[in-house]
Amino acid sequence: MDSDLKPDLPEGASLDTRLAQAGSRWDLRTGGISMPIHLAATFRHPGLGRSTGWDYSRSGNPTGQALETLLASIEGATHAFAFASGMAAVDTVLRLLAPGSRIVVPEEIYGGTWRILERIGEPWGLKVRWASFRDLVERPDSLLAGADMVLFETPTNPTLLDADPTAVLKAARRLGCLSVVDATFLTPVLLRPLELGADLVLHSGTKYLSGHSDLTAGVVATRDQGLAERIGYLRNTTGAVLSPFDSWLLLRGLKTLSLRVLRQQDTARRLASALPDLPGVVRVAYPGRGGMVAFEVDSARRVESLLERVRVWIFAESLGGTESLVTVPASQTHADVDAAVRGRLGITDRLVRLSVGLEDPADLLEDLRCALEGEP
Amino acid sequence: MRPGGGTVNILTEIIHAGTWDEDPTGASSVPVFRGSTYAQRDPDARPRWDYGRSGNPTRAALEQSIAALEGGCAGFAFASGIAAINSVLLTLSAGDHVVVGEDIYGGTYRSLSVLFRRWNLSTTWVDASDLDAIRDAILPSTKAILVESPSNPLLRICDLRAVASLARERGILALTDNTFQTPLLQKPLELGFHASIHSATKFLGGHSDVIAGLVAVSDPDFAKRLYAVQNGFGAILGPDDSWMVLRGMRTLAARMEMHQRHADRLARWLRARPEIAAVHYPGLEDHPGHGIHFSQATGPGAVLSFDLGYAEKASRFLRSVKLALPAVSLGGVETILSWPSRMSHASMPPEERLRRGIGDGLLRLSVGLEDPADLEVDFDRALAESNQRI
Repeated sequence: MDSDLKPDLPEGASLDTRLAQAGSRWDLRTGGISMPIHLAATFRHPGLGRSTGWDYSRSGNPTGQALETLLASIEGATHAFAFASGMAAVDTVLRLLAPGSRIVVPEEIYGGTWRILERIGEPWGLKVRWASFRDLVERPDSLLAGADMVLFETPTNPTLLDADPTAVLKAARRLGCLSVVDATFLTPVLLRPLELGADLVLHSGTKYLSGHSDLTAGVVATRDQGLAERIGYLRNTTGAVLSPFDSWLLLRGLKTLSLRVLRQQDTARRLASALPDLPGVVRVAYPGRGGMVAFEVDSARRVESLLERVRVWIFAESLGGTESLVTVPASQTHADVDAAVRGRLGITDRLVRLSVGLEDPADLLEDLRCALEGEP
Repeated sequence: MRPGGGTVNILTEIIHAGTWDEDPTGASSVPVFRGSTYAQRDPDARPRWDYGRSGNPTRAALEQSIAALEGGCAGFAFASGIAAINSVLLTLSAGDHVVVGEDIYGGTYRSLSVLFRRWNLSTTWVDASDLDAIRDAILPSTKAILVESPSNPLLRICDLRAVASLARERGILALTDNTFQTPLLQKPLELGFHASIHSATKFLGGHSDVIAGLVAVSDPDFAKRLYAVQNGFGAILGPDDSWMVLRGMRTLAARMEMHQRHADRLARWLRARPEIAAVHYPGLEDHPGHGIHFSQATGPGAVLSFDLGYAEKASRFLRSVKLALPAVSLGGVETILSWPSRMSHASMPPEERLRRGIGDGLLRLSVGLEDPADLEVDFDRALAESNQRI
């Protein structure tokens, strides 16, 4: 080993610096500046009862560890865990609860989270209290009294209600209720819930963290030693780990996280301010931060024609990639949510959700204008 | 490509380049086709895909992307930047002569001065910033002019429009290595060049995790000649690496913008330091090629070099830095500091190097995406330490 190679970044290196050099200093033997992909399923032992620190790839993998070290560092966490998908991460967090546990969740939650709570959690014995996001933010004490966990997103998906989560997180702490924030939409560049008092932060790593719409992953991070041990135990036991190759690809995506998110936010701001003037647009939801925009048009027919006519925007589910996506939540991301709930939340067939990518903002706006001008 | 019509901005083109038109699934990322051969259902028809060396859909998506971004008629992907340059040179014949800019990448120098020389391809080295010198070097047997602008590692500027028009006037090929600039900042084919060559290992790939070369060409006849070399000589880029370069290119515009902003800030910071004898960066107003550069490019790029005077000091500086990575290569998300006389230009004899102005104290900096304030702290300490111990 060449002792001249410096393994660590200087103390106090900023977020951008840590992202740019993620995994670049791991390999002290060759000095390779891209983290190696360790495909090994198992590791040699030096002798009986001895370990190199690596035993079996489900339990720990060097490429996965490089990713998790970075994730913990950018979340202000002590521990981070990568999962095979965002839903595998949600599932593992829910397994911290026992049958009979009470969990408070806003109705305005991702459809997949709604589905796991309603179809798997409740039959298994979880008591889910559905609240409105507004109520949760405005009177957390009364909602969280007696609850074991609160799980929420900000901004909400797809209605994009946004709030400072601090009051909810403080109330949860006071009441001994575990707090979990799904920060997929904002990423640690714009929101670090652990620094605001959350116990756990969740991500679909498929979205902004990876950023290129080419892998499926989930993330959980915490600064609580006890929770970290339980999450690590659950992941190793249930096995929904992220593969070495996808861990590496996610690490590669993270190198440009900050510049992608900030640029997507700039473009989203431009689009949100221009959208009200486009044909057929009756309402725009944009919380002022992040790269997600939602708007409502005057008829379902216009939504259909918009989807047929877009040439730069891609009609697809998911979000957070370099390419701009347009989605109709009522029939895609939130199709599994009860129709009555969808109606109450305003997730109608006239609501369109945009995930703003890295294309030229003028091209994106012009494409929307042309597509909306079509036959409603 | 999805938007069509050629009316979209290059930023949009980059994101959607490589979305594979023939994919029936609509996948947001082009598939990695690893198959080495293809079933040929109709034995009498000429198949679109027959053998992985001759054509691969993932590689083709990348080749179409570089052609579109450079405004060319065809693109070619190779196993490395130097494989790309050598393949372009292999379109020439024994007895031909090329005129080449003298402070060109050391690996190109080695190919021409050692390998191609054995096959009787002769080279005249010229100062590419001097158009008269290029004109005077042209012989009846000259078949091509090869230049880089900005040059490596001194960032000298060559008047690309003038070189292209001189080549076209004489009926010879105008070739350029556009690695430092990328088509985002400079489009040589639009300035009249026949081929724009890249080490895609650098800014195009952008993450220091793939070795690749790309060529975009403007002329269909030259495209046929180069395809014959690519297929016949076979230094192709594999499907996995083709996919990696495409992935890297999706953030090219966002990266370059930040790389450049940081490079400009560091160039000015370095210039203000008394320990540094010279800073070479086309973004500086007093850089000798500043005016010409901005007449042919939209930005200064993110590579600069600076001179610490002598080898011992450069060596100490390299030992002292903690944040910038002392390494060869450039164009990655991480800041890379190279020592041209010992690294990229080590294959050039010392007297040739010194004649070209590549001194032992010269360091080349490829500015990454780290917070520039962190880099300034690192360099400040390294400058102090490299001075102290002398």
